[in-house]
Amino acid sequence: MSGLNNLLRHLFFLLIVRPVFLVVLGVNVRHRERLPKTGPAILVANHNSHLDTLLLMTLFPPRMLSRLRPLAAADYFTANPRMGWFARNIIRIIPVHRGGHDKDTDPLAAVHEALAEGAIVIFFPEGSRGEPEQRTPLKSGIAFLARRHPDVPIVPVFMYGLGKALPRGEILLVPFFVDVFVGEPLKAPLDDKTAFVAELDRRFQELAAEGQFPAWE
Amino acid sequence: MIFSSDLLPNAEWALAGIFAVLALASAIIFVIGRLRPGFDTSELRVRTRSWWIMAILFAIPMLLSRTAALCFLGFVSFLALKEYLSLIPTRRADRRVLLFAYLAVPVQFYWIGTAWYGMFIIFIPVYMFLLLPLPMLVIGEAKGFLRALGTLNWGLMATVFCFSHAAFLLVLRDTVNPLAGGAGLLLFLLILTEANDVAQYVSGKLFGRDKVVPRISPNKTWAGLISGVVTTAVLAAALAPFLTPISVWPSLAVGALLGLAGFAGDVTISAVKRDLGIKDSGSVLPGHGGILDRLDSLTYTAPLFFHIIRYFYT
Repeated sequence: MSGLNNLLRHLFFLLIVRPVFLVVLGVNVRHRERLPKTGPAILVANHNSHLDTLLLMTLFPPRMLSRLRPLAAADYFTANPRMGWFARNIIRIIPVHRGGHDKDTDPLAAVHEALAEGAIVIFFPEGSRGEPEQRTPLKSGIAFLARRHPDVPIVPVFMYGLGKALPRGEILLVPFFVDVFVGEPLKAPLDDKTAFVAELDRRFQELAAEGQFPAWE
Repeated sequence: MIFSSDLLPNAEWALAGIFAVLALASAIIFVIGRLRPGFDTSELRVRTRSWWIMAILFAIPMLLSRTAALCFLGFVSFLALKEYLSLIPTRRADRRVLLFAYLAVPVQFYWIGTAWYGMFIIFIPVYMFLLLPLPMLVIGEAKGFLRALGTLNWGLMATVFCFSHAAFLLVLRDTVNPLAGGAGLLLFLLILTEANDVAQYVSGKLFGRDKVVPRISPNKTWAGLISGVVTTAVLAAALAPFLTPISVWPSLAVGALLGLAGFAGDVTISAVKRDLGIKDSGSVLPGHGGILDRLDSLTYTAPLFFHIIRYFYT
């Protein structure tokens, strides 16, 4: 990573992202102490908004910014050259190609590499943002990742509010308080893919049950 | 004093007094913790810490300038509205309507900045009341229309309109209160309202038994209410000669009225929270809850005090 991009990244978070979350939105974090203190680690979260990634990144102190690597769909984020540059160099996504890959190449190869370097990988097991503030069934990609890295803590995070503030397909940001619930690191049956996904789903349900959310229909 | 502020000396002394009382409270809690190690002071400490932070955040803009103080109060109003809108059920279709409602905050505080009383007093109850349905009509979702409109209007009235009466005290003409200025009136209102809250809370805990409104708030007792009103009346009589144009005997009545109004505001927000099925409106202020938990009394005391001053003293 070049020094200039690193500087731009820190400035982007310091001058834009953090002030927006602090002043315009406002974030309540429950169990902040459960966040990983260092890498490698995998943060798994529910997905409602483009802001999800940025919010998860602000939960960590600035000095850990360079360790954070969100997984993102290559086809979506690199379609537009400017968006692609921004996603790669400022957010530092790990681009993953969705679907249709042959059996010889591992679509998660770049993730293994990042974890080996001590990164904190941000992963949305729902795959896409879907309908705002409604959870969609988890995909099994996370189970592959967990099996491959049995020693890496997998920390579930449940977020509420960003789907209201900036749902898919909207460009106007509407201020809402956002709730973040950090869960205990996951220890689940690693050999069974379905059981792992079911356990993760149960954890998300538990975290969601800690809050009380008004109707949004 | 040290700061080149717009404040008159009496208002500066009142501000300093707030910090003196907080220092005293911190000292007492420290001594209790030392003398009676078995007594758990953690909740008191957390609450007092939040009071310190609130007092400091309020004192800085007050000392800087009137404009800074108005911006600060406007921001608090925005936070309260945001907290309210995050708590109530809303319709997905109304996202832009909510944005429009937020716009009322800077506009209302702009009217206050220009000291335009006529506009300040009708903007939300008349203009926003009539304009708010229009974007909803354009969106064209009739299901839940009345509930959405009603909850939105109530929120604007409580968190923006009522609260902003406290801010308008700052722009009253200097001749209204030559002793301590608009800032003195604002400090008088805030000190009495918060002292009433604390007195009702403490005495309710110590010797409260019979509940005033058991179905809405089990914490509100007659003992708390009465000692709150008495404390506030006595404190009003003590402070009024320094901070307001109100003489001693009427100030007792003003204090008692503020105590009752504060109670009404407190219970009203309690009813809203109970209806929503929540205990605290948020967790922004550790030990207190959310912004609305702290501003609840003020939504009633601010308009009451403002109109007492405006009717009898201008």
